[in-house]
Amino acid sequence: MIDAFALLLTILVLVTAGWIAVARDTRAVVFGFIGYGLLLSLVWVLLSSVDVALTEAAIGGGATGILLLRVAARLKVEPHPAPGRAMRISVGVLCAIVTAALAAIVLTLPDPAPSLAPLTAEHLASTELGNPVTAVLLAYRALDTLLEIFVLLLALIGVWSLGADRYWGGAPAEWNTGMPAPALAFLARILPPFGIVFAAYLFWVGADEPGGKFQASTILAAMWLLVVMAGILPMPQTGGRRIRAALAIGPVVFIAIGFAGIPMAGGFLAYPEGFAKPLIILIEAALAFSIVAALTLLVAGPAEQAPRS
Amino acid sequence: MSTVTLFGLCGAGLVGIGLYGLIIHPEPLRKLLAFNILGGGVFLLLGVIARRAAAAGFDGDPVPQAIVITGIVVAFSATALAATLLLKLSDAGKPDGDAS
Repeated sequence: MIDAFALLLTILVLVTAGWIAVARDTRAVVFGFIGYGLLLSLVWVLLSSVDVALTEAAIGGGATGILLLRVAARLKVEPHPAPGRAMRISVGVLCAIVTAALAAIVLTLPDPAPSLAPLTAEHLASTELGNPVTAVLLAYRALDTLLEIFVLLLALIGVWSLGADRYWGGAPAEWNTGMPAPALAFLARILPPFGIVFAAYLFWVGADEPGGKFQASTILAAMWLLVVMAGILPMPQTGGRRIRAALAIGPVVFIAIGFAGIPMAGGFLAYPEGFAKPLIILIEAALAFSIVAALTLLVAGPAEQAPRS
Repeated sequence: MSTVTLFGLCGAGLVGIGLYGLIIHPEPLRKLLAFNILGGGVFLLLGVIARRAAAAGFDGDPVPQAIVITGIVVAFSATALAATLLLKLSDAGKPDGDAS
């Protein structure tokens, strides 16, 4: 049985995606992309993956959207020749074939579906966590999460290295020169306390319910960006000591606990019996600092102001 | 057909739309957006596989769900790097450009 809401949502997602792919006005398309992220997160809620829905809304739609808005505003649009009709038709046919093949796979997925859920449930008690997704991220597949934070930091190093040499260690370009809009200044003073409380809640509840460090960190990064955009705080210096320490603490704590697991529990990233939950919370807390700093700085871009001493 | 299958078809559609935009659109930033739509479709397919594998009292297989969360963050990192590269390319093309 298909629920009418699910059908409507599917049509909306596909139409928005189609519009994003072909519409002319790039700025409008970036706004559309943020809306698309929110629609997609509703699909995730209907798929009972609330953890993924939160991540999609916060990072997939929100953070990517702000980043692309900043870039779209500065990108010089060069007139490109549009591809001819023959090209459009042949690419359309190719893409239709890809979609049809994937649809055929979806319709013939094995039933009953293979699942790792029973294995996840079996050992969940030993991690003392209630949210199986957090258990996968930080216990069973902790190595993936460790590598993921490295990817985030490597991307940040890549972004920084695209700045001019003379600005190395300086702050990224200001968003707003001159007076910020009154509504923005007001929101930037009102929202952060609520944002911080909500992020703390999401962080803590992530052990047992949907939520966790990534979703919480994205909210904190959004609050930081909001305050910076309103001109209440200056753009952070990319070479600042506290920023660099915040970026390093997550992976350092994660690796230290990982290596401590070799003598204590018999393997890299293994947790000793009875200490799994406190260690996981410690790793998540340290990672949260790094993720907040990395997300904020990735959205802000490379240094474009001379370093303040 | 169930709602889950419908979302699976939606994911397949998103992959096709993203691929089309990626190949057809001449503007680099739009290619980046199209690539994100393609990625969203792949994540959705994984989500459908996770939902179908609901067992042991969970509403879905937590392993693919966790992989999708990691995937979304990695996609964001790659998008940030690509967007900065595009800006750099665009700045380098300016006549009085600051390409240092």
